[in-house]
Amino acid sequence: MDKPKTVKILKFHPEKCNGCLDCERACSQIHFKTDEGGDKSAIRIIKDNKSFKMHVCDQRGLCIDMCPVGALSRRKHGTVWLDNDICIGCQACVGFCPIGAMRKSEARIEPFKCISCGACVRACPNDALDLVQVKISDIKDVVYYKQGA
Amino acid sequence: MSEGQIPVEEYETGNTKHKWELKKIKSAHKVIHKSSYKKGKIERGFANRTLYINLTTKEIKEKKVTEEMKKKFTGGRGFGLKLMWDSIDPSTRWNNDENELIITTGPLCGVTQYPGSGKSLCLSVSPATNIICDCNVGGFFGPYLKFSGFDALEIQGKAKEDVVIVIDGENGRITIETAPLEETNTHLLSEQLTHIYATEDNDKSRQKVSVVSAGKGAENSWWGCLNFSFYDIRRKVPRIKQAGRGGLGTVLRDKRIKAIVVKVGRFTGVSNNPADSIKLAEVGTKLHREIRDLDRYQCNMRAVGTAHLVEIMNEYDLLPCENYRFGCFPKASKVFSAEFYKYFTKIIPDGCWHGCTMACAKTVDGFTVKTGPYKGQKVTVDGPEYETVGACANMSIWDPEWVLEFNFYCDTYGIDTISTGTAIAFYQEMYEYGILNKERCDGIELCFGNSDAVLEFLHKMANADKSEFIKVASKGIRRVKNWIIKNSWGDKYLIEECGMESKGLEYSEYVTKESLAMQGGYGLTLKGPQHDEAWLIFMDMVNNAIPTFQDKAEALHYFPMWRTWFGLNGLCKLPWNDIEPANNAETDEPAKVPEHVQNYVDYQNAVTGWNIKKEDLILQSERCYNWQRAMNVWMGRGQRKDDWIPYRSMGPVTKLEYLSRKERYDKQLIEKLNIKNKEVEQMDVKEKINKLYEHRQNQYQKLMDAVYYRRGWTPNGIPTPKKMKELGMDNKEMLNILQQKINEDEKAGLNLWGGKYNKREKPPCNDLKYWE
Repeated sequence: MDKPKTVKILKFHPEKCNGCLDCERACSQIHFKTDEGGDKSAIRIIKDNKSFKMHVCDQRGLCIDMCPVGALSRRKHGTVWLDNDICIGCQACVGFCPIGAMRKSEARIEPFKCISCGACVRACPNDALDLVQVKISDIKDVVYYKQGA
Repeated sequence: MSEGQIPVEEYETGNTKHKWELKKIKSAHKVIHKSSYKKGKIERGFANRTLYINLTTKEIKEKKVTEEMKKKFTGGRGFGLKLMWDSIDPSTRWNNDENELIITTGPLCGVTQYPGSGKSLCLSVSPATNIICDCNVGGFFGPYLKFSGFDALEIQGKAKEDVVIVIDGENGRITIETAPLEETNTHLLSEQLTHIYATEDNDKSRQKVSVVSAGKGAENSWWGCLNFSFYDIRRKVPRIKQAGRGGLGTVLRDKRIKAIVVKVGRFTGVSNNPADSIKLAEVGTKLHREIRDLDRYQCNMRAVGTAHLVEIMNEYDLLPCENYRFGCFPKASKVFSAEFYKYFTKIIPDGCWHGCTMACAKTVDGFTVKTGPYKGQKVTVDGPEYETVGACANMSIWDPEWVLEFNFYCDTYGIDTISTGTAIAFYQEMYEYGILNKERCDGIELCFGNSDAVLEFLHKMANADKSEFIKVASKGIRRVKNWIIKNSWGDKYLIEECGMESKGLEYSEYVTKESLAMQGGYGLTLKGPQHDEAWLIFMDMVNNAIPTFQDKAEALHYFPMWRTWFGLNGLCKLPWNDIEPANNAETDEPAKVPEHVQNYVDYQNAVTGWNIKKEDLILQSERCYNWQRAMNVWMGRGQRKDDWIPYRSMGPVTKLEYLSRKERYDKQLIEKLNIKNKEVEQMDVKEKINKLYEHRQNQYQKLMDAVYYRRGWTPNGIPTPKKMKELGMDNKEMLNILQQKINEDEKAGLNLWGGKYNKREKPPCNDLKYWE
């Protein structure tokens, strides 16, 4: 299999967001079959003064090298994917994600993350979310190992 | 070097690949005994039963874990002590049929969320010390043993031919099989067995197998270690961690066990069935983040593992060089961690159990072996850890390549790098003095720094060489001391005080000369001189935080108890204080790392559902610690005379050592011994050494007095029935044994303080019968 060269990541247009959180509800439906949103959503919309901020995985993939059992990998479309059947719930990826986008809900021990499925994009009534294609080589990140860096 | 995000399948070590006829090897196995069992559920960290196997009688049975057993012994090493007490006699020696080899887990073992939660605790009567030796070790075996349904594995008896014990936790089957065709040395054997017993022919399946083994060195020495495997899906090799101390691998091979294999099916992050998995993930994630943010500024464990200590120890004059004569060395920078960092493979999660993000298990891949049976092959070397580099410093080996060579062969031969290195360093010093020589060493030129000779020694030993030197030397320092003294080859004082052993076990790799508390940290241990009970050098020597005997005694009470606690639960000590919260220095007791202590309180409660406080953690340990000391007494040891340490660990034995730290020692003669400056100038070195010797020996005796008193023991070091009852360890048989021993000591006049106190000084207590 050829290695994926690109990946779709979420782009947020805060000026269009009204904070309805339909995106979160759509996301938790994907991950936990519930429309609770919040802690069960991989995408979070956070109020920032009068505007909003998006907090979600940027697919840089630092977590891939953290996984002791190989449950994290890049799928053919380039998204970083956690295989729940392999995951042993250690939270190493949760702890080491530099932006805290690998999430853990109280519902189960295995974490979850954005898989760029587009459910939130489709759910947004105001087109405040987009999936945009970027080169993996531009965003790729690796775990800190170098001394003194 | 690969820059990360390598698909698991694509990583290459560059190691020599082996082709084995695994079907032929497997079909040569003859099943001697088999048994099946119904798998139960693990409840709040406990499988609630242990597995007993007798190789002589071919008996396999389960034993129930009672609530009382949990209350008194907690788990892990505590369970091991309880099982030993039930099965051996006070006269049991390492190679007796009734001696047991025990591998236990502990209630927190197998948790994946909190770093350092995969330790197994191993116990047996040690060939080196004739008392129980306990070792903790990483690797997947302990967690898998528990996921297979057992809190502990207890093996008694001996097989008639080489066997493999297979615990198939996936299907609930236990078999004892002959294993005639497998290799014996670990790096090959564990690879063969992992492939043979994996359910499917893929890496994910192989990762669910763990092998305990020891090699030819364990067979032919008293330094045998147990190698615990953990299969690395990226490197595609079973890597290993060692239960190193006290010759447990020697016991394994004496029982004719080639290996113990455990295999599990699917497990998850909550296979331990914890009472509160949400809290557990919360505490674990907090520590992962701490490691992520702070490790690079603190210990740098993720990059270089415990080897980061080499430069620190050298800087503080604590790195043991040339058999502990010196604490630093001009060539030391050649083996600083930066040198090994060049060799280590990066970008791989190097935890010895899942979820340990401290990841100190560093590895060199594709290392070309220089000598011996595997010369020219490319292999994976696990390590080196600090202790291995320290052992090489002791032998004056300052080339990273030779440190790796020594490390590789010790591992695959199944011998402890610490005991082996410390012992060889002693032989080298004796060689330097001419007490040993080429002829007496069977043609081996065992002088400091001769790496070839060290490896030659190892290879001869592993090949069961019949020469007298190899036969004696492979039993360690204590037996070599006796051998040299018997042959009248040298000055008894020099031989006894230079050889770094106590209780028959070799020292681990720290120079303790200038830290009285750490001398106690080594001497006043249960199993022998090992730093896993207390590491007080910085507290004592650098920070001067425990100046009085009472302070030192308190530290020698608290820290051994605290560190024992990890062993009761199946945990690693490193994530306690090798990573510290950013504000730790501002807390009341930074040495205890209060926030992490609270983590462990929350952690144990979250798994077991108990409602304990931090004081209870110490109580759990005190019960087991005192029980083990009492068992030592039961086995004829565990007294003041057994806590003797060689003077090399207290001060300068030779003129060379005195002169290397002349200023420091002269100053002490003036300040501590009140000898006038002029007098000191006129004294010759020998005289000064004698004065200092007298002073420091007395200091150590006073320290023993204070520590025994604090621990609730008699002045001869016997745990008192009163103390045992207070702790709830009220076994009548044990209480009688202790009382009887105390009565005998009374008659023999041993219930007296060991230190000489002048008029201005007070012993720990005015009432000498405080223990009644």
